[in-house]
Amino acid sequence: MHAWETDRTRAPIATKIVVAGGFGVGKTTLVTAVSEITPLQTEALMTEASEATDDLTATPGKTTTTVAMDFGRLTLDDDLVLYLFGTPGQQRFWFMWDDIVRGAIGAVVLADTRRLKDCFPVLDYFESSGLPYVVAVNHFDGSELFEPEDVREALTIPKHIPVMIMDARRRISVIETLLALVGHALDETPE
Amino acid sequence: MSSTPKQHLPVRGGDRKPARVRPYSLTGGRTRFGHVLLVETFVASTAALDAPEERRELTNGSLSTRVMPELRAIVELCRRMRTVAEIAALLKMPLGVVRVLLSDLADQGKIRVYGTGTGHGTGRPDRALLERVLSGLRRL
Ligand SMILES: Nc1nc2c(ncn2[C@@H]2O[C@H](COP(=O)(O)OP(=O)(O)OP(=O)(O)O)[C@@H](O)[C@H]2O)c(=O)[nH]1
Ligand SMILES: [Mg+2]
Repeated sequence: MHAWETDRTRAPIATKIVVAGGFGVGKTTLVTAVSEITPLQTEALMTEASEATDDLTATPGKTTTTVAMDFGRLTLDDDLVLYLFGTPGQQRFWFMWDDIVRGAIGAVVLADTRRLKDCFPVLDYFESSGLPYVVAVNHFDGSELFEPEDVREALTIPKHIPVMIMDARRRISVIETLLALVGHALDETPE
Repeated sequence: MSSTPKQHLPVRGGDRKPARVRPYSLTGGRTRFGHVLLVETFVASTAALDAPEERRELTNGSLSTRVMPELRAIVELCRRMRTVAEIAALLKMPLGVVRVLLSDLADQGKIRVYGTGTGHGTGRPDRALLERVLSGLRRL
């Protein structure tokens, strides 16, 4: 237990990083690898547009659904706490993202080269939202190992955005990924 | 530098029309008195620690606390510093519902809402904060 948890006279500074990517790409694994608490899961209740439509303004049939999101925590200093939020990457959950990414340092977009297309909508989202992001290829044992530049080319990622090959199960690898993101966010933030 | 991707990684933007994306929205998530309730926003109960009257007041209290045991559960959790997301997770309640209840509790003065690392809670973290996060991560 950290001292800040029981001191109600002042709150630590809270900041967050979003971990996004397709189904089963390793979001929960990544969060678990570095979190100081057992990751917690929360559900966002939302209205879902029926059919695979991207257009949220014209929704003939709407259904209510819940989307699971998990989060972990890293106390970085007496008064500084970093949260990691793992969020589903499906296009129809974008309206939840707007809420989650608000105020975030940036996003780690997780990709699996065997199902690279799964991260296309996630990339489209972050590109248009202007939130700083890095691309982290979670390399699964036994799958072909690609060079970061091959992935960059396939995903048409601009040169200044870090693309890395990592292992979501390894703490060191995850910390390196987070460092790359925060460094990149710093580069993108005006003096 | 590599020439062409080996195997065949699918190329983004190849066969699709560009997806329609909503602009990054900065609305919502505010309490009546302007508190911002992001998922990582800290809240804590305003009652003195170990105050017995807190329990009594909350059990016999206003209509809203009697009909909503969730409110009591939230105040109870908030005897410690909690985030919005943590409360939702621990009480197994949807985030949106927790936000509404927290916003009521804040308006009633039962919980205090603290600011986040983004200052007013709407923009991005500033350089000073990013530097601190970097050095914190390096120390891990
Ligand atoms: N070999 C290997 N397995 C991994 C790696 N990362 C995740 N896995 C496994 O892949 C499966 C999916 O990982 P999760 O972390 O649950 O993925 P997720 O993105 O949270 O999945 P959803 O929340 O269901 O979308 C789990 O069984 C993990 O143990 C990895 O780097 N290498
Ligand atoms: Mg998961």
